[in-house]
Amino acid sequence: MHENDIKLLEESFKKYYFDHFDLIHVPEKPSMREFGYQKFNSGMTRHLSIKDDKELRLLIMQNTPSDIYCSNGYYSFPNLPMAEKDWQEADLIFDIDAKDLNLPCRVNHTFRKCSSCNKIFQNDSVCPHCNSSKYESKSLPCLDCIEGAKNEVKKLSRILIDDLGIDKESIHVYFSGNEGFHVYVYETQFQKLGSRERNELVDYIKFRGAIPETFGMKRFNPSRSVFSSLDDKGWRGRASKEIFGSKSKRSKIITEIMNNGYQSFANQLEQISPKIGANIDPNVTMDIHRIFRLPGSLNSKSGLTKIYCENLDKFNPYNDACFIDDSDAQIIGNLPSTLRLKNKKFGPYNDESVTVPKFVAVYMICKGLASVA
Amino acid sequence: MINLGQDEMAKYPFLADSGQYLKDKGFSLEQFGTDPDLKIIVDKAYDRIQVAANGQIYKSELINDSVSDAAALPREVFSFLLAVILLKLSGMNTLVRRFALAEARRAEKFLEKDLANISDKRKEDLAIKLIEDLFSVKVSKQEDNFVISVSDYVQHSVNFHEREWKLVNRRVENGFVFLSPHETVRLIRKELGNYISSKILSTKTPEMFQGFQEPVRKLTNLAKKFSSGTVVSTEYPPCIKHGIDVLEKGENLPHSGRFMLATFLLSRGQSVEQIAPLFKNAPDFNEKVTLYQLNHLAGTSGSGTKYSCPSCEKLKSQNLCFAIPECDNIINPLQFGKKKTVNA
Repeated sequence: MHENDIKLLEESFKKYYFDHFDLIHVPEKPSMREFGYQKFNSGMTRHLSIKDDKELRLLIMQNTPSDIYCSNGYYSFPNLPMAEKDWQEADLIFDIDAKDLNLPCRVNHTFRKCSSCNKIFQNDSVCPHCNSSKYESKSLPCLDCIEGAKNEVKKLSRILIDDLGIDKESIHVYFSGNEGFHVYVYETQFQKLGSRERNELVDYIKFRGAIPETFGMKRFNPSRSVFSSLDDKGWRGRASKEIFGSKSKRSKIITEIMNNGYQSFANQLEQISPKIGANIDPNVTMDIHRIFRLPGSLNSKSGLTKIYCENLDKFNPYNDACFIDDSDAQIIGNLPSTLRLKNKKFGPYNDESVTVPKFVAVYMICKGLASVA
Repeated sequence: MINLGQDEMAKYPFLADSGQYLKDKGFSLEQFGTDPDLKIIVDKAYDRIQVAANGQIYKSELINDSVSDAAALPREVFSFLLAVILLKLSGMNTLVRRFALAEARRAEKFLEKDLANISDKRKEDLAIKLIEDLFSVKVSKQEDNFVISVSDYVQHSVNFHEREWKLVNRRVENGFVFLSPHETVRLIRKELGNYISSKILSTKTPEMFQGFQEPVRKLTNLAKKFSSGTVVSTEYPPCIKHGIDVLEKGENLPHSGRFMLATFLLSRGQSVEQIAPLFKNAPDFNEKVTLYQLNHLAGTSGSGTKYSCPSCEKLKSQNLCFAIPECDNIINPLQFGKKKTVNA
């Protein structure tokens, strides 16, 4: 990133933090957490200890970070090297990302930025300007992507509440600041679980590894199978709904399943897994030493805020997570399609100089689709 | 600790304080090692180990879960305690592991019966308390099922590799997992085995008496049967081959795949310099970064922690597992091609 671009981002981020300190707080038990931050064009500084909001603000004002992180883990000594921290427990966190949903709209708003000549192109496999095959993908998620991710959050919440017995109040949903949501679960029976055990929860939530026997099909004595019903609780009920559709079709479909055999039913269970399971990122939930973007902080991939979603249905990140001010900024924009922020449409821009509100300038520079004129 | 009745002592002899038990019954170890009339119990102890070593469960003299006659109870407990003494004197740890597992499976049968015993609530309560005291698993009853919390369940079930134990294949409601008595007990088998073997290992090796010499010598011979050799093949497992293929084609291998490849090859004894060129076709290759990361994994830079190759289970959830029949239920790619051969 160019020096002028960084200067603009740093100024805008600093102003955001100055104007919106009310949005950013240390989490519960701050002295047991590990904090970290990154500056623009620079590496990660982590293993920091911060004891309250005042210290956090001081760190932000002194360093103007591009990103701020905090661990889900609680440690006796959060600022020592990893092996000496003495891990105690960790909040259970789920990451849902629109880019993992393989939605059909994806190709319309994903651009490629050539690593050699910085030109933006869309569908070619090599840069049409310099023929280089190395590029970075940039995506401007659309509202369909956000709706898709919300739908996964809802599937996840149902499983957490109905199956895993988690109180609705213990589940907090945050917009990640870029393409998805982070779901935090506090103070449950799962706090002390290690990574392998959390992986079991992940497979449960994603509906992975289910076997026909679970739904009543017998491998060696198929005629004695007793299939689960639509009213069963947990996966037996949810999978039955997906497989049978309705109670009236159940017996007809059971006959089909029996005719097709055990292996075919096993394959069917595997196929429906992405549809009925919640699409969470397994690596995030399994990691008990990870540092996560701090709620209320800005995401340097977009300039949007990681923010608590009080009403998920109504939440629109391009209004509700966009807090950079609207003073004028002049940029060279490079945007093959349009984008919508704070209810206004911008673009397309073909390598041209334009004056836009600062929140648009910041968003586009963070996405690599513009630079300061 | 739990107060054990007569029957319980015979069912779960590993709960006994051995020294105290002998004293209470008016016996000393020396008597067993010297008195010809007691030789029958020493022989019984040897049998108990031999049966276990062959992978079978020792048949007790318990009939319908209670002792058949007054003398049988002490015999049951004595033969267990003396088996421990013989194992300690022989110093054969391979036999300790086998013995502990077989004893765990023996106790498991009683535990299961006690849990399912609807006519005697005391037996059910004792079994529940035993599980809670030894393994910190809180079991409660709901209709005909035993329920335990999801977190307790997964902490034990992760040790199983059969799919039926995966949480997704269990009845899960409201934070609890529903189990049959058999499943409840099966869930803690490994820990029960570990509990018994750690109790044996922490027992002090006693004095040798003449009557113990012959059975101890026989145990040393018995142990030889179970020493195993390993044959190593140099073939890579399918997950590693896949990773290498992807990189050679110049396609993108996710971070988790690169981590797997690097840690696997490091464990196989390759050097950072040998491994680095493998990544040169990656779309985002940067030699400096690659070397830095490899050194970090090898433990030669950074915190000095040497990272190990992820388990098959982890690779499965990262979509990096491409298991073939030759994988033969291994649990880590590093075990691929290492065939265990038992010298008969």
